Amino acid sequence: MIRLESVTKRYPDGTVAVDELSLVAPSGQITVLVGPSGCGKTTSLRMINRMIEPSGGRIFIDDQDVSKVAPARLRRGIGYVIQHAGLFPHRTVLDNVATVPLLLGQRRKQVRAQAMELLERVGLDPNFANRYPAQLSGGQQQRVGVARALAADPPVMLMDEPFSAVDPVVRAQLQEEFLRLQSDLGKTIVFVTHDIDEAIKLGDQVAVLRVGGTLAQLATPAELLSRPADAFVAGFVGRDRGYRALGFAAAGELPVSEEPVIVLGAPLAGARGLTADGWVLVVDPARRPQGWLSVAGVDAAALDGPVTADLLNLGGTLATQASTLREALDAALSSPSGRGVVVAEDGRLEGTITASEVLTRIEARSRGTQPVSPA
Amino acid sequence: MTSGRMTPAGTLADSNSSPLKLFSYFSQNRSEVLSWLGYHAWLSALPVLAGLLIALPLGYVARRYRWIYPPMVTLTGLLYTIPSIALFVAMPGILGTQILDPINVAVALTVYTVALLVRVVADGLGAVPEDVSQAATAMGYTRFQRLLRVELPISIPVITAGLRVAAVSNVSLVAVAGTIGVPELGQLFSNGFQLSVDGPYYPPIALGLVLCVLLALAFDGVILLANRAATPWRRVASAR
Repeated sequence: MIRLESVTKRYPDGTVAVDELSLVAPSGQITVLVGPSGCGKTTSLRMINRMIEPSGGRIFIDDQDVSKVAPARLRRGIGYVIQHAGLFPHRTVLDNVATVPLLLGQRRKQVRAQAMELLERVGLDPNFANRYPAQLSGGQQQRVGVARALAADPPVMLMDEPFSAVDPVVRAQLQEEFLRLQSDLGKTIVFVTHDIDEAIKLGDQVAVLRVGGTLAQLATPAELLSRPADAFVAGFVGRDRGYRALGFAAAGELPVSEEPVIVLGAPLAGARGLTADGWVLVVDPARRPQGWLSVAGVDAAALDGPVTADLLNLGGTLATQASTLREALDAALSSPSGRGVVVAEDGRLEGTITASEVLTRIEARSRGTQPVSPA
Repeated sequence: MTSGRMTPAGTLADSNSSPLKLFSYFSQNRSEVLSWLGYHAWLSALPVLAGLLIALPLGYVARRYRWIYPPMVTLTGLLYTIPSIALFVAMPGILGTQILDPINVAVALTVYTVALLVRVVADGLGAVPEDVSQAATAMGYTRFQRLLRVELPISIPVITAGLRVAAVSNVSLVAVAGTIGVPELGQLFSNGFQLSVDGPYYPPIALGLVLCVLLALAFDGVILLANRAATPWRRVASAR
């Protein structure tokens, strides 16, 4: 657990970067500090490992006042990841990862073996071990940065916009893997970002800071979206927040309807007249949905043949009974037939649901006085 | 080049004073010239090493406390404007040594090397990317460990460039000391001058020039090889 008590950073010229900030980052959870530039989020992060000394207040890691620990020793016990990875260009990937364990005086051979394991854990090919950072892409460098921060198995990790310098596709991938890694490792993490979507995706709790370094709201992502504390937070959280908030509401048991299907490879003639609107759901022999077939859209020559994969419209997303309301609604909205496909855990078809049925569910939830139940 | 048979008398040049007689001059004065060469090498190399050792902390201080940088770089730069011969002659007065003591030359050249390298070291350390030194701090390096294991190794290519200039210029500056009688390759130039009674006598002068250039090239090569060995990461980066 990391605890900030009325922490203030005031520079000699009078600028206040962080103003009486108090918050707790619970053990084993990801606490995201988010806010516009100038809100003191990075300053707050750096005061935790004493790269910046606070001018007021106190910071504790597991009830240990950090100002009582020698900076170098303190930092060896805290993983740190920065925006451009900041890898040491003159050391191989493996030696970069081995940095902190070697500083702690661990045996070289053992350290290198552990570093190899870590590389695999963060999704890097072991062949990269002896390359230099300049030979890696930005995304790969960032993976090494994460491995380096994890190398000494610190209970606490500080991450300063670690995924902002890579392209959106790689970023999404790194975020997913980071969450998977965290579910294994359960580190106490403070994560800084300026991207509210990233904050909502990654945070167990999100602290929104405003310019001048004061805390605007500390809440779970669902709460932030559904009940922003004030106009600043509402504005910062941004558009579509009603829709995005559905992503934190479990759909519960969905009222699915039977859907007539045709099996891939069966004679196409069998699809005719199956549904009123001409869209027929195609499944494989195990009843796993493959896509939608528009009988009217098939040209005359193919009509005598079987149902083939290239005739299918793949536009629809799938929802499961464990989905959030957002996923259920998206399944209906994205389906060319307007009927969202709901599958069981094993991928077999359960039935379909329309957007209006999902909306009825949403309206019923809003009428209820209960708070949003987390997914 | 050690062979005298390539220049049988009277075939390549009519006169004994032709610069091409340097080979026969060399074979006649072999042991003396070789000892001068060895001494010359020693006198140029040692100040480079000593100068580097002194420039490292000075350059670090100039980098660490930014306000020191301008005066430090200006002052050390001014050292370079002192004429070398004046410095050689002044050294005994400062150090209390004999006028022909080679220590005078070594110390004077160390001064020049420091003059060159302080700025190079400061700029080299300054060229270490900010996120790299911050990462080093965040990993738990102490300031000294960070300097030794991260910042200096990354500055090697920049410092190498300065070392090459210092080494080559030292080779030429050492030769100047020959004119006041310190036994090194500069002696060849004084000898040539003294032997030019009835007209210019070129062989020792040409030999001195050739040996100085070869020595400078040798130093340059050694420094480049050392740099290459110390920075394998640079090669892969530029090969990409």
